[in-house]
Amino acid sequence: MAEEQRVILEYADKIDPKKADDYIKVGGYKGLEKARSMDRKALIDEVKKSGLRGRGGAGFNAGMKWSFVPIKDEDRYVVCNFDEGEPGTYKDRIICEKNAQALLEGMAICGAAIASKQGYIYCRGEYPFVVKMLREAIKSAKDSGALGDFDIEVRMGAGAYVCGEETALIESIEGHRGEPRFKPPFPGVAGLWAQPTVVNNVETFACLPYIMTNGADWFAGIGAAKYPGTKVLTLTGDVENATYFEVPTNYMLRDVVYKLGGGVKGGKKFKAVQVGGTSGAFIPEQNLDTQIDFDSMSAIGAALGSGAVFVMDETRDIVDIVTRISKFFEHESCGKCNPCREGTWRCREIMEKINAGKASQKDIDNLMLLSRVMKNAALCGLGQAAPIPIDSTLEHFGYEYSRKIV
Amino acid sequence: MSNYTDIIASCQGKKGGIIEAFHAIQEQYNYIPEEALKEAAKHFGIPEAQAYGVATFYSYLSVEKRGRYIIRMCESAPCHVAGADELLKEMESILGIKVGETTADGKFTLELTECIGQCQATPVITINSEPHFDVNKAKLAEILASCK
Repeated sequence: MAEEQRVILEYADKIDPKKADDYIKVGGYKGLEKARSMDRKALIDEVKKSGLRGRGGAGFNAGMKWSFVPIKDEDRYVVCNFDEGEPGTYKDRIICEKNAQALLEGMAICGAAIASKQGYIYCRGEYPFVVKMLREAIKSAKDSGALGDFDIEVRMGAGAYVCGEETALIESIEGHRGEPRFKPPFPGVAGLWAQPTVVNNVETFACLPYIMTNGADWFAGIGAAKYPGTKVLTLTGDVENATYFEVPTNYMLRDVVYKLGGGVKGGKKFKAVQVGGTSGAFIPEQNLDTQIDFDSMSAIGAALGSGAVFVMDETRDIVDIVTRISKFFEHESCGKCNPCREGTWRCREIMEKINAGKASQKDIDNLMLLSRVMKNAALCGLGQAAPIPIDSTLEHFGYEYSRKIV
Repeated sequence: MSNYTDIIASCQGKKGGIIEAFHAIQEQYNYIPEEALKEAAKHFGIPEAQAYGVATFYSYLSVEKRGRYIIRMCESAPCHVAGADELLKEMESILGIKVGETTADGKFTLELTECIGQCQATPVITINSEPHFDVNKAKLAEILASCK
């Protein structure tokens, strides 16, 4: 099996994502119609049954997340996480640029499930042209009547990776510094403006119209049983075809690199692949025969994450790349919690020392200890994931460190 | 050029819209002037210190005056392996400024950025948020020359 399977991107470049009518002509907004004809609980059960799990990286069952929302006499919000800051990731941009209406429909389906009339799309500040396009797409959908009384507003981020964390994102929509909140309460109970809020990724929402139209069983039957459906991947680095693909979730990582990716660029040998963006683990050659789904990736100590696939050839200096990555986390740490603020700073300091050939084994030991502290004590995913590239390269590419140590 | 009071007022109806207001101000001025920041704080009913805290949290917002063309060089891993470091050196030498600085004529400001989500064509730079792909030394000269 080495073929793409396009569900979300089936009509990519064949329809105008701004125009609701184009989307309706290829079966769009039928899923929303069905969702609105269903009882709320039955709708949530249908989504649960499909097995759809969050596509932003955490992999939480979407229907389950919705079921936590209490329906009382208060406003509820549907929020789309389109912050997509994970380096090497651009799949949400592709989904919007190719099929924005599916995102809008998915959000409205969620709105029907939690009885919400207001959605927000939080789009990263790096995509002002997508913000503009989304606003036109929303207008077209509203004008066509397809969205009914469900409103969607687009808010633009301003260059903060941490805002991909759902509570930091909510803070940012509220006009504050994008610092994560202490949990609980979770957004499902007290989110945007302290009201119950569902936050899902662009890709998660975009799956929903197809689940509603074709049925939960259809979706559950695609790809890996425990993480069904398709996944949009973005290939970067030393690979022949640095572009995006949509594949079933039981697709093999080796095929991503060698079949879809066309292999390592310039006929060079493979050294490593980092999956899930800059916070992902580095995966060596011997682990390439793994399915890309959430659980299979976890089993090899890696993560599917956002679906970014960053390939490195034999000439790449792993320690140099990880040093660059450690600078990224230092820069993006919001500074709210101590383990992350100080930890990312020290990680960068020690990595630079190693990269400059001035470090000893003692520095590596300190780095590993620091990593354990951050994974256990950081407030949010940023600080917890920051040491993963370091740990995974120490484990699989220890020789690259050894040769730089005095 | 419209007055920043009008710009801020246009965002006032938006709950939590101060970031939207900052974006709109930057669209006109390329940074957030101190007076505009004070005005925004007043409109949104928050202390100036808090408004300043928001404006300085986000890397896309600037409270320092910047040039007419803001060049941002991506230095995340995919661009890093595609030669971002050399390109940055080239840019610094052509413009005669270091990262974070503005040319004496107020034309260019050079900044670093993390991933901008255009990793299909690395290395990438943006000029006033517009991305330029697969940038090399020759292409860089052309791009800079097109900034009038």
